[in-house]
Amino acid sequence: MALLELRGVSKRFGGLQALARVDIELEDGVIASLIGPNGAGKTTLFNTLTGLYQPDEGEIRFQNRSLIGLKPEQITGAGISRTFQNIRLFSHMTVLDNVLVGMHSRLDTKLWQIFLSTQKYQAREKAAQRRAIELIELAGLSGRENEWAHQLSYGEQRRLEIARALAAAPKLLLLDEPSAGMNTSEAQSLMALFKELIGRYVQAILLIEHNMRVVMGISDRVHVLDYGEKIAEGHPDEVRQDPRVIEAYLGQGVWTARRP
Amino acid sequence: MTRSLAPIGLLGYIFGSFLLAILYPQSVLAFLLFEASLLLLYYIPAHAKVKSTLAALVLIVLMPLLGTINGYYLEVAIQIGIYAALALGLNIVVGFVGLLNLGFVAFYAIGAYLWAIFGSPQANEFIAGGVFPLAPYWFFIFLLLSIGVGALTGLVLGLPVLRLRGDYLAVVTLGFAEVVRALVNNLDKPVNLTNGPRGISPIVKPPLFFRPVLEFFGLEITDAKLYPLYFYFLVLLVVCVIILVTRRLESSRIGRAWKAIREDEIAAAAMGVPVVRMKLLGFAVGASFASAVGVLFAAKQVFINPESFTFMESIGVLAMVILGGMGSIPGAILGATGVTILNLQLLKGLSLWLNGLRQSGAVLTLPLLGSYSLSQIPVQFEPAKYERMVFGLILILMMIFRPQGILPPKQERKR
Ligand SMILES: Nc1ncnc2c1ncn2[C@@H]1O[C@H](COP(=O)(O)OP(=O)(O)OP(=O)(O)O)[C@@H](O)[C@H]1O
Ligand SMILES: [Mg+2]
Repeated sequence: MALLELRGVSKRFGGLQALARVDIELEDGVIASLIGPNGAGKTTLFNTLTGLYQPDEGEIRFQNRSLIGLKPEQITGAGISRTFQNIRLFSHMTVLDNVLVGMHSRLDTKLWQIFLSTQKYQAREKAAQRRAIELIELAGLSGRENEWAHQLSYGEQRRLEIARALAAAPKLLLLDEPSAGMNTSEAQSLMALFKELIGRYVQAILLIEHNMRVVMGISDRVHVLDYGEKIAEGHPDEVRQDPRVIEAYLGQGVWTARRP
Repeated sequence: MTRSLAPIGLLGYIFGSFLLAILYPQSVLAFLLFEASLLLLYYIPAHAKVKSTLAALVLIVLMPLLGTINGYYLEVAIQIGIYAALALGLNIVVGFVGLLNLGFVAFYAIGAYLWAIFGSPQANEFIAGGVFPLAPYWFFIFLLLSIGVGALTGLVLGLPVLRLRGDYLAVVTLGFAEVVRALVNNLDKPVNLTNGPRGISPIVKPPLFFRPVLEFFGLEITDAKLYPLYFYFLVLLVVCVIILVTRRLESSRIGRAWKAIREDEIAAAAMGVPVVRMKLLGFAVGASFASAVGVLFAAKQVFINPESFTFMESIGVLAMVILGGMGSIPGAILGATGVTILNLQLLKGLSLWLNGLRQSGAVLTLPLLGSYSLSQIPVQFEPAKYERMVFGLILILMMIFRPQGILPPKQERKR
């Protein structure tokens, strides 16, 4: 049974059909990519999945449980967490605190335990910090714990967002253009990181990418959106040959070209 | 090297300024120098233990000693404490959660009236039996009660409005404070709950339960001398508890969630932070601080009326938080201290000095401009009359040159 299942998910903004009856299934243990030209509705799909938008129609099931009507924090609690296309870190908080915020739903401390600073609470905080530091290391940011998030470089901020998302201990990780603005070697090490995550930190990854080298390099499956419609899906090599996909990207020269 | 020398130097400074303040009991400057020792204490490089010992020396021993020599100093210190507590409460809402609250004084008023009504004969107006005022020991029960009442009013206000953002929320909180003030002002009819604009007095003071202990040690202190000291220590205790609670909250997942909401609400929600619940909690905690301080204020003043809880009070506390540095505990305390000293001491001191000049009848002779009799300085020149203007100027200058406040949150965390 699929980890995530979307059935006929639609989302309209006024007269604009951002998502049109999208069906997607995601199995355990896979890295899947969501591609499509600019404005195809990829980010909208993420926002709908994570409860920032409510779909107009359709059903979203995660581990066989409906996510419709849940608030963003409940969906995070259920095991989905994400990064943002336009980095949304907590700028005036330390790197460590950014990651610790990601653990909010996993740290069940009561108000009175905080007031009294009980042993159990302190032990939990310590454990949370250890785990946060481990994730910061995983993201290649060791030693930067006490810097403010906005002091990091662009690429580092993207990786910190991944560490923060991992802190919520998700089963499914959603990454919105994680390699944007990175050079080839940075993108390479990011791909290596994703492979390391599967099975050890998360059960599945769904990523939105414009960088076709990344998409072709690590995806087990690719889903293609165009004007809110899913026009193709399958193994990367199949999708690459698909006439509708070529058509969608036609006139743009290369895969990575952007629609004006 | 500096770590061992600095505390010794500071100790010298503390005693020096302390002696100065004793020798010149009327001198505002001497007292200011003494107060500055706490600020220096914050900055010097030294062990936390050394720092807290020195702070305790200043706050628990020297300050009360000075206070017994000049009661006005103690009054200033109590005011600073009250405003520091208010600023710390508002700092949670504005500085941590990032919600602009322009009506914070409402919670302060609710706490003050809570004790004023039941700690005075006022409650007899609407509760039969003539059991009011309550006995002094009830003060402590009401102090605890006010925490709950404050939190509850914070929730009641927060529930409908916290879905609003920024400006809208500011307007609603402003309206709420005006509603509370209007209620207090007008609830003398048909049932006299608050005694309206005439205010309530006399309000019962907390019990002098330690009197027997003092007598045992042969200390005979009159009530008039004892109460200011008593209130000083009560306020000090309340401020210390508030600092402790705030610090613990700040370093917990709750404080982190608050700041995350301030930085980016959508990202916070996506990271699993229950945004509305956390905002409500911040509102309730801030309100409970203010309301507890209100109880203290009522007992200290003996008389309160709606005049003490105007919009300008809310703005004053907000200015303290902003001047000190939003989201910073030392900042809120420094802001409260600075503004209170400015209002109570600096400007009044300058006015006094100007008055002195006027009365001296001296004549100032300036080349080219001719001579000018100082007794002709118009009364309108008194700096105390410019309180708001000076205050406004300081705010403008700060926002231009140091928008993050005097002591913004530090980025390094000692762990
Ligand atoms: N909140 C919103 N209100 C109105 N329109 C929106 C909203 N969010 C997205 N849209 C519109 O929906 C369409 C899909 O946008 P979306 O951000 O999902 O595209 P995308 O596939 O992520 O594109 P890109 O590759 O540029 O990130 C766009 O036309 C966009 O303008
Ligand atoms: Mg997008």
